[in-house]
Amino acid sequence: MRDNLLSGPEPDPARDAGHQDAPPRVGFFTDTSVCIGCKACEVACKEWNAVPEDGMALTGMSYDNTGGLGASTWRHVAFIEQPVPAGRTRLPLVEPDTRGGDGAAEDSGMRWLMSSDVCKHCTHAACLDVCPTGSLFRTEFGTVVVQEDICNGCGVCVPACPYGVIEQRPTDGRAFKCTLCYDRLGAGQEPACAKACPTESIQFGPLDELRERAALRVDQLHEAGVAEARLYGHEPDNGVGGDGAFFLLLDEPEVYGLPPDPVVTTRDLGTMWRHAGMAALSLAGGAALSFALPALTRPKGRR
Amino acid sequence: MTPGPPAARTDSYYGRPVIKAPAWSAQDIAGYFFLGGLAGAGSVLAAGAQLTGRTTTARALKVSSLAAVGLSAAALVHDLGRPSRFPHMLRVFKPTSPMSMGSWLLSAYGPAAGAAALTSVTGRLPRTGAAATAAAALLGPALATYTAVLAADTAVPAWHGAHRELPYLFAASATAAASGMALLTGPPRENAPARCAAVFAAVAEDTAFRAAERRLGSVAVTYREGRAGRLMRAARTLTAAGTAGAVLFGHRSRPAAAAAGLALLAGSACTRFGVFAAGIASAEDPAHTVGPQREALARRRTTLAQ
Repeated sequence: MRDNLLSGPEPDPARDAGHQDAPPRVGFFTDTSVCIGCKACEVACKEWNAVPEDGMALTGMSYDNTGGLGASTWRHVAFIEQPVPAGRTRLPLVEPDTRGGDGAAEDSGMRWLMSSDVCKHCTHAACLDVCPTGSLFRTEFGTVVVQEDICNGCGVCVPACPYGVIEQRPTDGRAFKCTLCYDRLGAGQEPACAKACPTESIQFGPLDELRERAALRVDQLHEAGVAEARLYGHEPDNGVGGDGAFFLLLDEPEVYGLPPDPVVTTRDLGTMWRHAGMAALSLAGGAALSFALPALTRPKGRR
Repeated sequence: MTPGPPAARTDSYYGRPVIKAPAWSAQDIAGYFFLGGLAGAGSVLAAGAQLTGRTTTARALKVSSLAAVGLSAAALVHDLGRPSRFPHMLRVFKPTSPMSMGSWLLSAYGPAAGAAALTSVTGRLPRTGAAATAAAALLGPALATYTAVLAADTAVPAWHGAHRELPYLFAASATAAASGMALLTGPPRENAPARCAAVFAAVAEDTAFRAAERRLGSVAVTYREGRAGRLMRAARTLTAAGTAGAVLFGHRSRPAAAAAGLALLAGSACTRFGVFAAGIASAEDPAHTVGPQREALARRRTTLAQ
């Protein structure tokens, strides 16, 4: 067990997982600045992967009635309605309406942020590390997939995920999450969500290429005056060793329900086992002392 | 990130949790933490009692350890989404998975505890019994403390944040439970070591818990409020009362020793259920995920700027 396989930069997780001649690592770049919140990705994902319904309730909080990622929601479109932050430039997506007259839209002072969330397919995936059955595994594409015929529903992957992605399906007991359409990748196809996305907000491809493309896009937005545009999850030296699915966001990550500085829990695994070992020794030592002390005082009368 | 006037900022997505709390039932998993501790530490005290000729206590502890490990295995299987697939736990040997290591540990400890109890009760195969007693005593401390790693090796703020302290808290709580069982089931003339162990356990538990609270900072509130707060306060009271009762009256009166033992057992159970409840509460509130991560980011930025 080498420490550098538990945290820190790791250029080729597929090869480290034992895949010889692995194809280039693939992933998603989700550019939320062009997301229109149509939820075609949610629908395409459900249809292709035959994911059951995830509740027909209305949340009452926004146009988002999906709520969040879960066992039966592998793509989730977040919808945020907020006042335009003071001093920030509006995103110049559409040319201003120059026809004049009463037709010009009034500035409501509000803005909508939309973002399609998905499993991050972490370089250091806590769900995979803690899985006791080997059900969760690293594919040759560098993605993380649950084997449904192995999972026994122990549920330890659920709290391990720093993004709250994987979940047990109550009616089934087993854990489910995005597979990055493992079956489609095997057939040389792109994942269903990326295929369905009408604005290319969801981009699929080799991770290195996506990172370059994302850097260009964020520069472009900064030049256009959108100073709040920032990438999230792209750095190979972040807490999970770089996300296989990363994002361009227009506000702080927590506004979208994303953790601002996630760290794979197994980074501290060595420390944890060490302290557990010391604690076990302390227990044994304390017990030994508990038998030794009365023996030393026994001449005064056995108790 | 962007310079400019401070704007109204929300710190979560409509107050929804960032991470997912485990779907484990408290009865099964907190119960498993308690029973595993009782069994493991009980085997250690049983071996000590055996070595020092306290045979009644030794036998009682061996039987209680077997019962506890049996119940804890049942709780684990019951909590699985697919109980029939329990054998999948032994498909791989995986040191990065505390659940895997625990399964292997249970499958080694269980038979040892069983053999120790059966040979002690029947009086047959004394050498096998001695070997099994020793094996259970060697594996017992690991069984009592690995569950702390099981909880801490997650993104749950109240558990992972205390990953250095939790194993000591669990070891102390397990010792309290086992000494309680020894006081409850053993005759007063044999219970001097149990009283001694109870004192050690109470002091260690209090120390470890205070250290965990200091380490957790703002997240420590999850151990003070709500269900977790009530359980942790009950645990402290019961453990203190049990220890005081054991020290003052445990050597004189069997009923007093038994009452003290029961209080210690209940205190240990409250600690485990309290830790469990604090973890759930911390996972369900996005502030406990976002807050400490924001602080970590700010600390890193300050170090970079210097």
